[in-house]
Amino acid sequence: MESIGFVEFWKVIDMREAGLIKNIDLIGDADFIEEADPIKEDFIEEDLVKGADFADFIKETDLIVIGGGPAGLAAAIEARERGVEDIIIIERDQELGGILQQCIHTGFGLKIFKEELTGPEYAGRFIKQLEEKNIQYMLNTMVIDITREKVVTAVNPSEGLLKLKAKAIILAMGCRERTRGALNIPGTRPAGVYTAGTAQRLINIEGYMPGKNVVILGSGDIGLIMARRLTLEGAQVKMVCELMPYPGGLKRNIVQCLEDFNIPLKLSHTVVNIHGNKRLEGVTIARVDENRKPIPGTEEYVECDTLLLSVGLIPENELSSEAGVEIDPLTGGPVVNDSMETSIRGIFACGNVVHVHDLVDNVTEESRIAGRGAAEYILAGLHERKGGLARNQEGLKYIGVTHEKEIQEKGKEIQKNEIKENEIKEGETQENAVWVRPGKGIRYVVPQKILPGHLLNPVDGYSKNEIKLLFRVNNIYSNVRISLMAEGKTVHSVKRLKVAPGEMESMSITKRLMEKIMAEFEHTDTDEERNLNKEKGKKEVILQLEEISI
Amino acid sequence: MITNNVGIVNEMCIYDVAIIGGGVIGCNIARYLSKYNLKICLIEKESDVACRTSSANSGIVHAGYDAVPGTLKAKFNVRGNEMMDEISHDLDVPFKRIGSLVIAFDEKDMEILKELYERGISNGVPDMQILDGNQVREKEPAVNSKVIGALYAPTAGIICPYELTIGAAEIAVQNGVELMLDSEVVAIKVVHIDVKNIENTSGSVDGINIGKVYEIELKGSQTKIYSRYIVNAAGVYSDKIAAMVGDTSFTVTPRKGEYLLMDKNQGKIVNSVIFQTPSQMGKGILVSPTVDGNLLLGPTAKNIEDKEDISTDRTGLSQVIQGALRSVPDVDLSKVITSFSGLRAVSSTGDFIIGESKAARGFINVAGIESPGLTAAPAIAEYVAQLLEKAGLILVLKDNYMKVRKPFKRFRNLQENELRELIKKNPLYGNIICRCEKVSAAEIVEAIRRPAGARTLDGVKRRTRAGMGRCQGGFCTPRIMHILSQELGIPMEKVTKSGGDSWMILNR
Ligand SMILES: Cc1cc2nc3c(=O)[nH]c(=O)nc-3n(C[C@H](O)[C@H](O)[C@H](O)COP(=O)(O)OP(=O)(O)OC[C@H]3O[C@@H](n4cnc5c(N)ncnc54)[C@H](O)[C@@H]3O)c2cc1C
Ligand SMILES: Cc1cc2nc3c(=O)[nH]c(=O)nc-3n(C[C@H](O)[C@H](O)[C@H](O)COP(=O)(O)OP(=O)(O)OC[C@H]3O[C@@H](n4cnc5c(N)ncnc54)[C@H](O)[C@@H]3O)c2cc1C
Repeated sequence: MESIGFVEFWKVIDMREAGLIKNIDLIGDADFIEEADPIKEDFIEEDLVKGADFADFIKETDLIVIGGGPAGLAAAIEARERGVEDIIIIERDQELGGILQQCIHTGFGLKIFKEELTGPEYAGRFIKQLEEKNIQYMLNTMVIDITREKVVTAVNPSEGLLKLKAKAIILAMGCRERTRGALNIPGTRPAGVYTAGTAQRLINIEGYMPGKNVVILGSGDIGLIMARRLTLEGAQVKMVCELMPYPGGLKRNIVQCLEDFNIPLKLSHTVVNIHGNKRLEGVTIARVDENRKPIPGTEEYVECDTLLLSVGLIPENELSSEAGVEIDPLTGGPVVNDSMETSIRGIFACGNVVHVHDLVDNVTEESRIAGRGAAEYILAGLHERKGGLARNQEGLKYIGVTHEKEIQEKGKEIQKNEIKENEIKEGETQENAVWVRPGKGIRYVVPQKILPGHLLNPVDGYSKNEIKLLFRVNNIYSNVRISLMAEGKTVHSVKRLKVAPGEMESMSITKRLMEKIMAEFEHTDTDEERNLNKEKGKKEVILQLEEISI
Repeated sequence: MITNNVGIVNEMCIYDVAIIGGGVIGCNIARYLSKYNLKICLIEKESDVACRTSSANSGIVHAGYDAVPGTLKAKFNVRGNEMMDEISHDLDVPFKRIGSLVIAFDEKDMEILKELYERGISNGVPDMQILDGNQVREKEPAVNSKVIGALYAPTAGIICPYELTIGAAEIAVQNGVELMLDSEVVAIKVVHIDVKNIENTSGSVDGINIGKVYEIELKGSQTKIYSRYIVNAAGVYSDKIAAMVGDTSFTVTPRKGEYLLMDKNQGKIVNSVIFQTPSQMGKGILVSPTVDGNLLLGPTAKNIEDKEDISTDRTGLSQVIQGALRSVPDVDLSKVITSFSGLRAVSSTGDFIIGESKAARGFINVAGIESPGLTAAPAIAEYVAQLLEKAGLILVLKDNYMKVRKPFKRFRNLQENELRELIKKNPLYGNIICRCEKVSAAEIVEAIRRPAGARTLDGVKRRTRAGMGRCQGGFCTPRIMHILSQELGIPMEKVTKSGGDSWMILNR
């Protein structure tokens, strides 16, 4: 299917829409108070009177996916396969595929497609599926706002400002690169200092060479790939400097991109000064000590016209934060549960927007979970079920409501100020969630929250065979045991010969393991402790690492 | 300085005034003079106006209590501050009077506050107040709990310094001033030329200076510029320019100030400009919101030799951090988005040097304009016009002078319904180029097309904020390069960051 512009898109909505308009849940708080909000009424009246064009109204759809990279594509396809009808992917670039379109090297898809594809080829496979499944997408369209109520504001040149309301949203905006500013490298501010991804785009998409004599700071995968790319394009890559005593990228990239081309990798080195007024003329590098501070006397001037920074990626969560999605400071991405659902019900997230992935296959797997989660949420009609916590004699209790009538009846029971809209689902109140915390040696874990019911007592199709914890360690270690602890007891552990922050690790939680974990909680649930736990409000398991001798 | 006769010159080539230096001072003088019937050129060595000190400073519109009473600094600071509401409105420059606090940590500091207060009173600064520690914390909960008092000046404000410069340049060009970029003045001579019975542009026949004019030589150019008057507003180079006409009565030392700019999520930590008590070297490290909502920390103060050296270094940046944390301990230092530095033009006299040179008639020095030069700029411009008039230039008002700059419609400031209309008229408003600051393609095109428009990536950045956000241009740089290449009709290889050799691409 061609990219549908919004013009055609609006054609799909026939005149019924105008009649329907009164029923549409317009922008604003989705409070379920009996009386309609007078402001909403005004809004409708005014627009009808003025005969404003359709674009002024909010178009409703089932699922909006923000970002058409591998994460967005995989999530959308999964949601369609699970029966979601109306899906729109919104992508700000002029084509789908996200960062993959500029990764023209091979090395994608070993797991999912069992072959080595280039980035665009990998994306192509998904785009083909997308078209076969008739999933709509908009290109050149930037989402500029999302709200808790799932109203998405986007803008593009042909249709202008668009407002869409969805039953569920999947965030798949990827990430951005850390910059010189974030590192606070002193010196001058000449041309020729690029982030590696920007340089990659210039070379691979636009066809221009940013420079000829290159120093790369940071041994993240993009930097490594760019070292090879620039060399193949005839530039001289003088060295790759890495602050840490170990490389940041995948082992295979160190071999294929540096060693095969005799490009020196200087570990425990950083750039301490930048020279040149107009165009970069050189950098000063220095060795760093174990606290990552430059060691005086080790400075060395390196002549170069280009400095590429490959110093880390940051999940792109401006939109998410503004909507009120809780962000995990450890990942920079939303806190998610095992369905990749964020702290706002019905808003899911996957891919690099959640945490930075090295392998696109992992992105795809994770995104399928998000697609499935969103599908189940939509198909179970959870978006319509409004409800909240109400306090009665028994304590705090969830009351779900499905129809306007019910709202009116039950509304009296629910005290307005105690409603936590969109945060609670039947059978899965926050009280039941198990939090997963990174312990010693672990930098972060995703998902941060597990809903045991998903493994133990399936409701509404919410059943899973296993839940995969993805995590990174905080240093390089050899011979380690990685253990999952509940209430101070090891419930599961695995051994690894070598682990490094550059390679994402995983651990599966099966139904059996979940039962074991829950048993630990039960076990310690003396009345006293139960009260304590309630006060803490959280059950948690801790993932930790210890070095073992063999 | 050699005087010789160059023969007949087309009178069309003779300027009434040549202004050297396209900083905030030069541009505001050009703007002010452009309301008169004069033939004016503004000569700038860089590829844009506002490239040097006028783009790298604290952006504070000072209240005026710092300067010693009776100095030019004091006079023009207070007057400039008064003028800023109108100027910022006319030039569509973001300006907010958020007030300033000079905080005191001990009794010695309190003494200094009192002294500043007294100076302020003599200089004519209105509404100042000395606050005690509790009053300070009420106003600014984030300041150090050890603070025992502060001098509060409600008339202090924050402004976008480069916009104040660019806006002035735009008005000047719109009113007929010729802006010469990439034009470095390398020599100035007095020459005799024969101009027979020709009316000069100010309407009178043969002004007193006719026959004897300045010949200005530009680096790498055969064409000379002839002008009857020269205004020297060359910033840290103003001593060098003065020396070209034999005026060596002063020198200018660059004094570097380094800054850290923080993410917008830090911008609300303070509500006003927080200074520490001043020292011999300046006003010390401040913590202030910027008009765009970021947080600014700095500047340091260090005399240097190289007038081009705007690098930052580790020592400087750590001084900034220490100073800032002393005032506001809770600044989140992980939220730095960039660092930069600017050079104060510190004159050997200790004050602004504004006046006709003793060595050369019709040559007006506007030199050593260090802080509060930004604040003083509009007032200085007014005064320079008076000086020129006194030196014999005839000032006749134009009847078609355009005083107000066409407002710049910015995506991020527009209401939804305005945006809808605008995108219908100009679809480029719907094409977001800079995601962090929400800048549309329409704004970038406009920044290039406006009078005194952008020629470089930095020029686009200063006019639109594209590339100034969190990702520092990671996303928008290739996109802006395309627009520049298209709009200027140059290949991508010719796009520069800041003019000269600052090529973005080195070969295909
Ligand atoms: C340089 C590089 C090299 C890599 N090499 C390999 C490799 O060799 N092998 C491998 O398996 N993996 C590799 N990876 C990893 C893998 O490609 C990424 O992890 C994966 O692309 C992330 O997918 P994503 O969809 O989360 O993000 P992205 O691919 O970044 O997609 C996000 C999409 O969202 C869009 N978007 C963002 N914000 C908005 C908005 N507000 N409105 C509309 N659209 C928006 C963006 O335009 C983009 O298209 C590499 C990654 C990079 C960056
Ligand atoms: C760290 C710091 C903080 C400051 N903070 C404040 C503040 O908060 N408030 C305030 O009011 N003031 C402040 N100031 C002062 C203010 O920034 C300056 O007074 C003002 O910018 C000076 O403007 P200018 O036009 O004289 O100089 P510049 O902006 O430097 O302009 C001079 C121009 O002349 C050009 N030029 C030089 N030589 C030649 C040549 N040979 N041929 C052609 N062109 C030439 C240069 O390229 C330059 O563009 C601060 C200054 C610094 C350095």
